[in-house]
Amino acid sequence: MVLIRRFEEKLLEVYRLGKVKGLAHPYIGQEAVAVGVCEALQRDDYILSNHRGHGHSLAKGIPARDLMAELYGKATGVCCGIGGSMHSTYPEFGVIFSSAIVGGTIPIAVGVALGLKMRKRNNVVVSFFGDGAVNIGGFHEALNMASLWRLPVIFVCENNQYALSTHVKRHLGARQIVDRACAYDIPGIVVDGMDVLAVYKETVKAVERARRGEGPTFIEARTYRFLDHGMYYVGEYRTKEEVEEWKKRDPIKLLLNVIRNEGIATDEIIKAINEEVEKEIEEAVVFAEKSEYPTLEYAKSILYVRSGGL
Amino acid sequence: MKELKYAEAINEALREEMERDERVFIMGEDVGVVGGIFKVTKGLMERFGEERVRDTPISEDAIIGAAIGAALVGMRPVVEIMYADFLYVGGDQLFNHLPKIRFMTGGKLKVPLVIRTQFGLYRYTAAQHSQVPFVQLMNTPGLYIEVPSTPYDAKGLLKAAIRDDNPDVFFENADLYYTITGPVPEEDYIIPLGKADIKRRGRHVTLFAISYMVHVALKAAELLASEGIDAEVLDPRTLSPLDKKAIIDSVKETGRLVIVEPDIKTAGVGAEIATLVVEEAYDYLKAPIIRLGDEDIPAVFSKPVRDQCLPTSDKVVQAVKTIVKVLEIMGGQTSKKRSGKRRKK
Repeated sequence: MVLIRRFEEKLLEVYRLGKVKGLAHPYIGQEAVAVGVCEALQRDDYILSNHRGHGHSLAKGIPARDLMAELYGKATGVCCGIGGSMHSTYPEFGVIFSSAIVGGTIPIAVGVALGLKMRKRNNVVVSFFGDGAVNIGGFHEALNMASLWRLPVIFVCENNQYALSTHVKRHLGARQIVDRACAYDIPGIVVDGMDVLAVYKETVKAVERARRGEGPTFIEARTYRFLDHGMYYVGEYRTKEEVEEWKKRDPIKLLLNVIRNEGIATDEIIKAINEEVEKEIEEAVVFAEKSEYPTLEYAKSILYVRSGGL
Repeated sequence: MKELKYAEAINEALREEMERDERVFIMGEDVGVVGGIFKVTKGLMERFGEERVRDTPISEDAIIGAAIGAALVGMRPVVEIMYADFLYVGGDQLFNHLPKIRFMTGGKLKVPLVIRTQFGLYRYTAAQHSQVPFVQLMNTPGLYIEVPSTPYDAKGLLKAAIRDDNPDVFFENADLYYTITGPVPEEDYIIPLGKADIKRRGRHVTLFAISYMVHVALKAAELLASEGIDAEVLDPRTLSPLDKKAIIDSVKETGRLVIVEPDIKTAGVGAEIATLVVEEAYDYLKAPIIRLGDEDIPAVFSKPVRDQCLPTSDKVVQAVKTIVKVLEIMGGQTSKKRSGKRRKK
């Protein structure tokens, strides 16, 4: 969680310096969801992610430097600088890819689960999406299909309360998001998305269900993004009081409380972890800045598989 | 060689590829129990079971999306989208995801899947069941597009598309399913993607024709032959990759080009082909290029009106006669290159 937090803070810093271009959507505040979910997965389980995906990628094991280089648009990035902030991949760690179209990877995650089931592999796939995605048609098509075919997929809705600027109460024609799962006969769970241990526990149960062949689970993680939607100011839609109220439940602080109260780790160990993270982030920036840009020739060369498999 | 109907050739391609490779499976609306509304997948569920010939809900976006997902973890899905019009319903996956996943991930992923779909020109299915969205896909880099006109091409191209690691949209023509038969080899074969086929050799004019229009062009060529005009019929077979060389070479020989396409004329495939020829073979042109396509209106239901909209053999003959003057070709001027400014390459 600290790695994600510091990664995003560094991103904001270099973005303001003009070193990173384009769209980027900070994950700060939501770290407990990515970490709680991914901790419950094996390395060869899969995730698909969305535009706000840095946290998912890091939690699933992508090295910070590979992700940072991608944000810089460098050839050493996870997508060779072709994808950018919103398109991550790292098949070795089960990060398939992330889409910048809201809800876009939900049907694809269902297909990954179908492929895993047909290949008789005992792996699961997690589909990360936000509260805004539950109103996209593909969401409903995909949930229906996953339920119908009892596929090993876990739908993780990160309900950070806002679809860009529009509060969930102003975009959802239901009492709560999790009720949508009920319509597709999928077990739905609401979890405190600021509590990494709670997210982890619920995900473990969902993973076990999926591995037993009992089909999908829907997890609505209630969370909050501490920063704006993206890097650009879009206007006032939240009160300062609301933001401050949520910040009191900062997921990193909550976990630190547990660690201290239960004597899980000493302050020295925590300090060492922070220093390790700091080093990793600094190295990531150096690596990204030193790396080369990809070429137009490279971009043109990858569109098709030239061997064609024939 | 054996004689197969167009639909039978496609069915055989699917059956053989599923037997050859257990990763190949079929998914789509009504493809299983009833074998597809055009019976193209007839008998396959009985042969391969419900897992590998999978009836789906009516969910084009999720059908294409799920096929992408399965392909990303090593399967080789062949999806059927019942009508080409319904490609638009699955548009987010078809346009925003399928062609871009490999690209956006820097070439690290591949999406080996085939979307089979069909369009009918003479089925009078009105404006939402008659569209021919070739150019929409040609203008979306990242997809291969097959447009077979014969049973031989249909089988060979489909097998190639299934074995290829790129995403394909395979356009079948419903008018041809049970109306034409043609020779198909007994043994396994594939047709390389991106290779046009000269369906008829000729010296005086190139007829560039797509799918069903190949047959319209061949009939026109017969009619023209009786009047001493020797037309070449060029079938691109795939619109992506496009065999530009074959088109340019043919026009360089004949000096004249008539495009016969089943899609809407404005900004249609023909517009691209005509531009290509102007860019690459302008000096060889002896006459203006003519395009024959569908009218610039959605498909009319009423048969007598609809029939006026599409290219016919007679229209092709008339078009050719406006640019091939019999006296001129008899006078031996056909081989003379266009005079005037030669462009530098």
